[in-house]
Amino acid sequence: MTQAALGEKTSSADAVTAQKPGFNRNYLPFAYPALAITAAVIVFPWLFTIYMSFYDWKIGQAREFVGFANFTKLATDARFIESIGHTLYFTALAVILPVIFGTIAALLFNERFPLRGLFRAIFILPMMATPVAVALVWTMMFHPQLGVLNYLLSLVGIPPQLWVYSPATVIPSLVAVEVWHWTPLVMLIVLGGLASVPVEPYESAKIDGASAWQMFRHITLPLIMPFILVAIVIRMIDALKAFDTIFVITSGGPGTASETINIYLYLQAFSFYNIGYASAVTIVFFILIIVLTLVLLYLRQKAKWT
Amino acid sequence: MEDGKKTVTRRMALKVGAGAAGVFAMPAIMKTATAQTGGFNWKKFAGQSIEVSLTLGPRADVLRRHEKEFTELTGIKVGSEAVPEQQHRQQVVIQFNSGSPQFDVLTVAWHVQKRLVGKSKWLADMKPLLADSALTAPDYDFPDFTAGGLRWATQGDGRMDTLPLNIDPWMIYWNKELFAAKGLAFPKTFEEVVMAAEKLTDKASGQYGWVSRGLKNANVPVWTSFMLGHDMDPVNPKTVALQTTTPEAIAAAEYYKKLNKDFAPPGTVGFNWNESQTSFSQGKIGMWLDGIGFAPPLEDPTKSKVVGKVGYAVMPQGPKSRNSATFGDGIGIPAASKKKEAAYLYCQWATSKLMCARLLQSGGGSPCRASSYTDKDTIAGLKLPREWLTCLQESTSIGRPGLPEIVPVTEFRDVFGVGLTNTIGGADAKTELTKATEAFTPVLQKSEAS
Repeated sequence: MTQAALGEKTSSADAVTAQKPGFNRNYLPFAYPALAITAAVIVFPWLFTIYMSFYDWKIGQAREFVGFANFTKLATDARFIESIGHTLYFTALAVILPVIFGTIAALLFNERFPLRGLFRAIFILPMMATPVAVALVWTMMFHPQLGVLNYLLSLVGIPPQLWVYSPATVIPSLVAVEVWHWTPLVMLIVLGGLASVPVEPYESAKIDGASAWQMFRHITLPLIMPFILVAIVIRMIDALKAFDTIFVITSGGPGTASETINIYLYLQAFSFYNIGYASAVTIVFFILIIVLTLVLLYLRQKAKWT
Repeated sequence: MEDGKKTVTRRMALKVGAGAAGVFAMPAIMKTATAQTGGFNWKKFAGQSIEVSLTLGPRADVLRRHEKEFTELTGIKVGSEAVPEQQHRQQVVIQFNSGSPQFDVLTVAWHVQKRLVGKSKWLADMKPLLADSALTAPDYDFPDFTAGGLRWATQGDGRMDTLPLNIDPWMIYWNKELFAAKGLAFPKTFEEVVMAAEKLTDKASGQYGWVSRGLKNANVPVWTSFMLGHDMDPVNPKTVALQTTTPEAIAAAEYYKKLNKDFAPPGTVGFNWNESQTSFSQGKIGMWLDGIGFAPPLEDPTKSKVVGKVGYAVMPQGPKSRNSATFGDGIGIPAASKKKEAAYLYCQWATSKLMCARLLQSGGGSPCRASSYTDKDTIAGLKLPREWLTCLQESTSIGRPGLPEIVPVTEFRDVFGVGLTNTIGGADAKTELTKATEAFTPVLQKSEAS
């Protein structure tokens, strides 16, 4: 290679570097394997799902292009609309309750007391259990005649409840399982936030005569709010796509009382084999998750700015 | 039966021949001879290996427990898996659609998958294999299969794409102790069932006269059981038209509502068979309508408080007919399998007299062979009361498909299941069935048109 050629190459590389610091086109081939895998496992399935959503396609039958018909059908599908309501109801409860209980638990475990480590370890045990196993155990506990929950209620004189066996109480009962299972996760996130809170503001507040509640309201809560919002985002995504617990305990029943979008999607795709229609449900569901997540991320940013 | 006579003759000849040859034969030859019955060489495909996909349950348990015997007999290695019912059905459909299923043998739930597998021609026709004397053991005794089992296994176009494995008639388990305490005899008619359920119910003490499934999808066979008592199928078998808003269908739903709402424990809208079984096994339920395969846990002292107190009753007389809603399974071979012959040997072994006898003795199923119910040794080895066997035989004799033979059976069960759950929860039966019929009609029409 001549000196001139070398000089030319160097100057072109300099030009690239000048355009984007740290970017060198020569390194691009190193990214190709990762790009190929991303395209194969993320981009392709998505494109294929979008493609299928434009077809009336039932397994075992011929495919027919129907344009946006699957999406317009969804808009008038009473069962799908009902499932959105169930999903939002379930999600709201399954986010708010673990966040409240998890924050309280984090505040408690942030204090020093004997055997704190042991109690904290016991508290996070539910999180380690497999969701399907948890669901099976709770199914037995919910049994209206033989379940341990009604037995415990009877000990304090409360009449037996129907839990997941009544359309009126099925979603709150399923949320109880989620709360038991995932409150420890929120506790761990918030506890991490509490560990990073400085002590100086509290010393100043004490000198100024602030009460414990005032210190929590005006110092602790604002400082741990970004962590709580992270917990809310994680819980919300988890709750929106909750499937195993609901499927194992109620399969969406009684009737359709606990049928969430996920359960409905599963039914359409794997029980009725309506692949085209199920793909349309997937896309609408994905948009819903993205919108809700963006709202929460915006709130998180706003909390940071504040 | 003529084949049976020939078998004996050939077997005798073989025995004599094998006996004489055995004295001088080399060990390898002797090994081959032991794998032959009636001149039939089971070792023809020795060295091959097949994959078997079974539905999780007592039938799969029996097959898997004795799998080694099949390998010893044939030299064919078996890799088997037992997948829970719902997931198995989905897995099978997805694999067939991929064009190259990963299994060589599978169990098929006739009441759900028969039309689907028949229409798609996913399975190999068993008839040519059965007719091939080089592949079918002379002592297989095909005529021993019951007419009901063979009817289930045969498609509308005459192809037999499965061999009959099991029949599951629905009947009523009843608690003899509770009936005796009230001085009641087991009811003979639908009307008497309601009267008995009413007398047995004492909500204050937590005792109920009746229990049956209420969970959507699982509840449809309960309703169709009552419909059959009105001599009405949910779908006309000839015209494939829905008969779900007929006066008989509505009466059956109202009857179901009456029993489950007034005389069953609270919460049955969410009950599947397992909750019903748990309730009944605690000794506080008078009658439980379900499949006949739940007797073993009810007679197991570690799982039940009603051991020795359970009565097994055939479905009582309905207003117009007396039928037992029946379900069943077959065993078949994918048309795409490259090891059809080896797979066929497995199917033959799985439905042989010996395996059928074992299935009956376990109480986990009702084989489709007539000899299973007449063979003294089989009956002597039965672990369940004789009353159960009598009930099974009588129920089978009045058996009638409990679900329609259509492709979208699961959708049928789901749509009508929701309506029935609402009905037993207090909604009007006619309104719910009309709504469900309107929702399902286009699905059925589209399926039949394609």
